[in-house]
Amino acid sequence: MILSRGTKLVLTLLALIGGAFIYVPLAIILVNSFSADKSLTWPPSGFTTEWWGRAIDNEGVRSAFVTSIAVAACATLVALVLGTLVALALSRQAFFGRESISLLIVLPIALPGIVTGIALNNVFTSYLGGLTFVTLVVAHGTFCMVVVYNNSIARLRRMGGSVEEASADLGARGFTTFRLVTFPLLRSALIAGGLLAFGLSFDEIIVTTFTAGPGITTLPIWIYQNLFRPNQAPIVNVVAAALVLISIVPIYVAQKFGDADERAGGLL
Amino acid sequence: MTTTTATHRGFWYRHPSLKLGGLLTAPMAWLVVIYLGSLAALFLTAFYTIDDFTGQVVHTFTLDNFATLFSTTAYFETVGRTIVIALLTTVLCLIIGMPIAFFMARIATPRWQPLLVALILTPLWASYLVKVYAWRSMLQPESGVIAWLLTPFGVDSPGYGTFGIVITLTYLWLPYMILPIYAGLTRMPASLLDASADLGARNGRTFRSVVIPMIFPSVVAGSIFTFSLSLGDYITAQIVGGKVQMLGNVVQQTYVTNLPFAAAVATLPVIIVLLYLMAVRRSGALDSL
Repeated sequence: MILSRGTKLVLTLLALIGGAFIYVPLAIILVNSFSADKSLTWPPSGFTTEWWGRAIDNEGVRSAFVTSIAVAACATLVALVLGTLVALALSRQAFFGRESISLLIVLPIALPGIVTGIALNNVFTSYLGGLTFVTLVVAHGTFCMVVVYNNSIARLRRMGGSVEEASADLGARGFTTFRLVTFPLLRSALIAGGLLAFGLSFDEIIVTTFTAGPGITTLPIWIYQNLFRPNQAPIVNVVAAALVLISIVPIYVAQKFGDADERAGGLL
Repeated sequence: MTTTTATHRGFWYRHPSLKLGGLLTAPMAWLVVIYLGSLAALFLTAFYTIDDFTGQVVHTFTLDNFATLFSTTAYFETVGRTIVIALLTTVLCLIIGMPIAFFMARIATPRWQPLLVALILTPLWASYLVKVYAWRSMLQPESGVIAWLLTPFGVDSPGYGTFGIVITLTYLWLPYMILPIYAGLTRMPASLLDASADLGARNGRTFRSVVIPMIFPSVVAGSIFTFSLSLGDYITAQIVGGKVQMLGNVVQQTYVTNLPFAAAVATLPVIIVLLYLMAVRRSGALDSL
């Protein structure tokens, strides 16, 4: 099909409008964080960096930031270990139930967050003595596993089994082969997967709402609590802008480390 | 070939099923016991009821929760509204996403394609809450960006409500629609389009008779995400929905006081998505996921 110049022009224009639809709201978040107005108004009457300073000094924001980092770091660790184990198990041999396991690992991000959220909340509060920091990490680890798994298994499949066979033929035992052959080849995929898991955990709000112990406030929860308070709008704008900027970092680093078919970051 | 060399190899090599067990024990314990166990417990709870006086869950099997859900007009309307919102979101994602995917796959030069894919993927990783919040400030009735754009033309901003929910959900899930369609379009051989043109079809006809049938599975794959993620959402309705409620809001409001009812409501989106998955299975869309 040879597209006429007119058709191309129309399609390009529609794509540009679509692109604007995707990026304008994010740009507005960034602009609003410098707005001099105390309420959400467009266009801003002036610009200031005052709110960025105030947000950085804000005790609630600071402690929420630290909590988010701690939760994301623990969840990433869990996801790295468990996701890699599943990838190693599923990549090399076919066995009964393999398809079910690959479906099971996707389930926590495929089901609506509220279903996962109240299911875990119910079990944690009814049978395991209530919500704590640990229950939050358990919940986050569950849905972060899939991105590590996807990145690792893509790498393992491309790597093939022959390098490990060669290592075994040269006399290396199972763990030596993992330490000297498999792991070094897997490392950059793990960095990409780990970063994406970190990003996923850092931003999550729905499952977090239902599984965080009392008094545990992550950054998204802080935003959520202050969203409807008009006098907090300028600081919420700054935190929102900061989250946009922070979340862009992992995807670019992951792009650098991941391979072409790992680009989707394990979400698609 | 392994039989001749296996003797000098390690224990794990000679016992692959033990190795498999060793690798899978921890993750499966986690996923099956904690996750599937929780889900099972929740769905079981949907058939329990609550003691009106003590507020305790009564462990006797009953379909009362589902009966309440379908016989109370307000709840029944919420189910319908949620399905309509999810469908509208899916259609809007398709309308906005199709030209973008087409531009990426067929008009942009190959050198630009990885960058364009990255540009579509990046917003997917921006915080969900922040994206909804962005639309709160966009849609604000009098001082939002949309009001600012529309007022000169004498049109009022739609403000918070069903429209706000649909546009925000579309914004959230759009990349999930664009990327499968883009992948489907790049897989489509150019020779097919040439053949169609050689046989005398104009662009419109080629698009209808060749392109659409070829990328239909991709569209369905994308719609699984846009539809199911919309069905379970409740934060969007809270932030940009005004008084409009979705199924997720009912779950969120009732789960503290009446967990069995909340569980029954929460099973609905899961059942609807499963039905949808079964319906699209025939189209072969699940193979391209």
